[in-house]
Amino acid sequence: MMEQNRQGAPLASSGLPDKGNRKQLNLRHEEISMEVRDLNLYYGESQALKNISMDIASKRVTAFIGPSGCGKSTLLRCFNRMNDLIDICRITGEIRIDGNDIYHPSIDVPELRRKVGMVFQKPNPFPKSIYENIAYGLRLQGVKNRRTLDEVVEHSLKRAALWDEVKDRLNDNAFGLSGGQQQRLVIARAIAIEPEVILLDEPCSALDPISTAKVEELIIDLKETYTIVIVTHNMQQAARVSDFTAYMYLGELIEYDDTAKLFTNPARKATEDYITGRYG
Amino acid sequence: MRKWFQSGDPWIWLIGGAVSISVVMVLGLLLLIGVRGLGHFWQPPIVEATQTVDGEERVILGTIRTTETVTAQAVREAGTHVPEGQELVTRYLLHLGNRDVTGRDFEWFVGDLLSEFRYPEDAIVLERQEWGDFYGYLVAVKEDGEVVAEGETAFEELAARLERSTALVAETVRLERYEIGRINFQIERERLAQRRAELDDGLSAEERAEVIAQSEAEVARLNEEYQVLFAELQELRGRARRDSLVALTAEGREVTINFAQIVRATRANTLSVGDKLLEYGSRLWEFMSGYPREANTEGGIFPAIFGTVMMVIIMSIVVTPFGVLAAIYLREYAKQGPVTKIVRISVNNLAGVPSIVFGVFGLGFFVYFLGGNIDQLFYPERLPAPTFGSPALIWASLTLALLTLPVVIVSTEEGLTRIPKAMREGSLALGATKAETLWKVIVPVSTPAMMTGLILAVARAAGEVAPLMLVGVVKLAPNLPVDGQFPFVHLDRRIMHLGFHIYDVGFQSPNAEAARPLVYATALVLVGLILVLNLTAIAIRNRLREKYKSESD
Repeated sequence: MMEQNRQGAPLASSGLPDKGNRKQLNLRHEEISMEVRDLNLYYGESQALKNISMDIASKRVTAFIGPSGCGKSTLLRCFNRMNDLIDICRITGEIRIDGNDIYHPSIDVPELRRKVGMVFQKPNPFPKSIYENIAYGLRLQGVKNRRTLDEVVEHSLKRAALWDEVKDRLNDNAFGLSGGQQQRLVIARAIAIEPEVILLDEPCSALDPISTAKVEELIIDLKETYTIVIVTHNMQQAARVSDFTAYMYLGELIEYDDTAKLFTNPARKATEDYITGRYG
Repeated sequence: MRKWFQSGDPWIWLIGGAVSISVVMVLGLLLLIGVRGLGHFWQPPIVEATQTVDGEERVILGTIRTTETVTAQAVREAGTHVPEGQELVTRYLLHLGNRDVTGRDFEWFVGDLLSEFRYPEDAIVLERQEWGDFYGYLVAVKEDGEVVAEGETAFEELAARLERSTALVAETVRLERYEIGRINFQIERERLAQRRAELDDGLSAEERAEVIAQSEAEVARLNEEYQVLFAELQELRGRARRDSLVALTAEGREVTINFAQIVRATRANTLSVGDKLLEYGSRLWEFMSGYPREANTEGGIFPAIFGTVMMVIIMSIVVTPFGVLAAIYLREYAKQGPVTKIVRISVNNLAGVPSIVFGVFGLGFFVYFLGGNIDQLFYPERLPAPTFGSPALIWASLTLALLTLPVVIVSTEEGLTRIPKAMREGSLALGATKAETLWKVIVPVSTPAMMTGLILAVARAAGEVAPLMLVGVVKLAPNLPVDGQFPFVHLDRRIMHLGFHIYDVGFQSPNAEAARPLVYATALVLVGLILVLNLTAIAIRNRLREKYKSESD
């Protein structure tokens, strides 16, 4: 598929002016889940994100691509304020979810993180049983009813396509699962608390191809219910799973468009260089 | 040669050598104290011999404890006659017992002066409540001064009657220790109640009089109870003293010994191996479970074992939460900077402070300041006698807790640092607050590290002696810190401690020869105790590790 894209990709973009409509995606027909406005992020003195503005479509998969260090993970971690953990990190600008600025002082950060779930690069289950891993988020919310927990655990595991593999050993330690299973467990853990958005930070980089395929299938399946933002190094993966793709470079959002458009007919030369492997 | 160095082999040899030396040293240490300590409980045969010095004969009876070969010169200089022309001399250390008769129970004998070694079958050894062991020949068993058995049958009679008197003696001890101890305790409580009423300004004169009258009535009742018990005790003592035996010492002197004095009677030379093993077991058990006698040189070390365990347990209960909380604060909440750096350096240095300094601090701060103020505030009726204002179990434990705090803090912190960042983020990303993440994920996962800290702390605390001498450990504690009297655990009592017991028996004892094997045996028990405590903690830690095992371990 990628090959076709490449072959079909006209090189016309080199002729387009660079100052095109690069920030705003025309999402008239889409519902908007998150809006980023003039976002700047600094680690101490150095600026990691420069003036980012973009809309993230609701119940769609948005992929961030770009070379290492371009700020795509940093941007992703802004959506659930994971960057707060870094002392020297400073942010200006706005990110609005449902019209509310998540960096407003009155925002309850744990509440925000319940709404915006996250899955990390390396599977990070807790050293508890499979069951307790899924139930963790609910228990935090004070759910004690055993039946509710049972139902949610089963539903989440089914949703993450893991139920059949683990239903007989829910009380085993989660570390007994394979890497791919662990990653799906972590996704199940994230959807157990019914977030609106799921952020995936290179979810397949530590997985083998078969596990990767399963997770990708899962992502496509999940977008019916959730807004998904995925960071990936793998352009084929972005092409396979995402509806929209943003190409970032050195902290700037270079191009943001329909995935099909971006891969077949990038508006800018830099994007084209990157997706055709001429980067660097 | 160069090649050999480059191959890395020399380093492997070096490392291997270091490891083997360590292992050999540890095993050698254990073997030494094991053999010396456990050997003490084995009954050696009783030997009789004749010593001839300048034509004068002396018959000696006892057990050989040590044999050594020395130069004749040394022996001559010590004033003992050795035949001319001889260079080396074998000499024996004999345990002769009979301290009440001869004054000294250990004596060196030069082998060349001894002749006619015999192992008489009818020689007996008596372990006594006082005056140490007795060696001699049984002549007769008496009941109220009347001979009931003589000659051949005497020993069987002795054995049978000894059982009875031992039971009676045990009963008197029980009566004294528990029943009369309880009454004394209650009388003391009444006295304190009266004193409290006198000191209480809130009471009117009538109320005060009423309280005192009530208390006096109670004291009178207790005194009556005491009289009854005392009569019972006297009667028991009389019954226990009913039987006595007549025995001949090696010198031919006749000695009468009351049965109440005898702990154990053995005809050592007639014992079969099985009997000896039984005897061994019973002596070992007495050592582990009995109370000390004769300035700690005889009897058991139970109070010391109990005191050590209690102290270590209380120390663990105190040090774990403090250490863990301090580590969590330092690692998770404190803003990392020069201040935390200084705190960390201080904590690490605290571990290097000599323990006696902690003892001095404990005495000054815990005992005098804290304890003194507690007495002023809560126990004014007991003053001027101190309650908490003197060395006590609780202060010993607290001092040790302070001493071991750095170990717990450092290892807990290390455990917290090792937890992967991803695990924290995973929890935070699910909407957990920092505190929830800490208590539900981080702390459980780092419990093995905390246990490691505790293991190190316990090992250090159980072996510590110097500071304890200042803050709560004594040579002989009259009561255990736990008994049947409210509040059951008496933190204000002084305790005995195995480490101090070793020091006391080994260096402060009037009877060095008798005490030496006990030093080894006590040392062995201390090492064993630390081992048991550590193995328990390690077992718990391994279970926790299994439970919270993660990829990073």
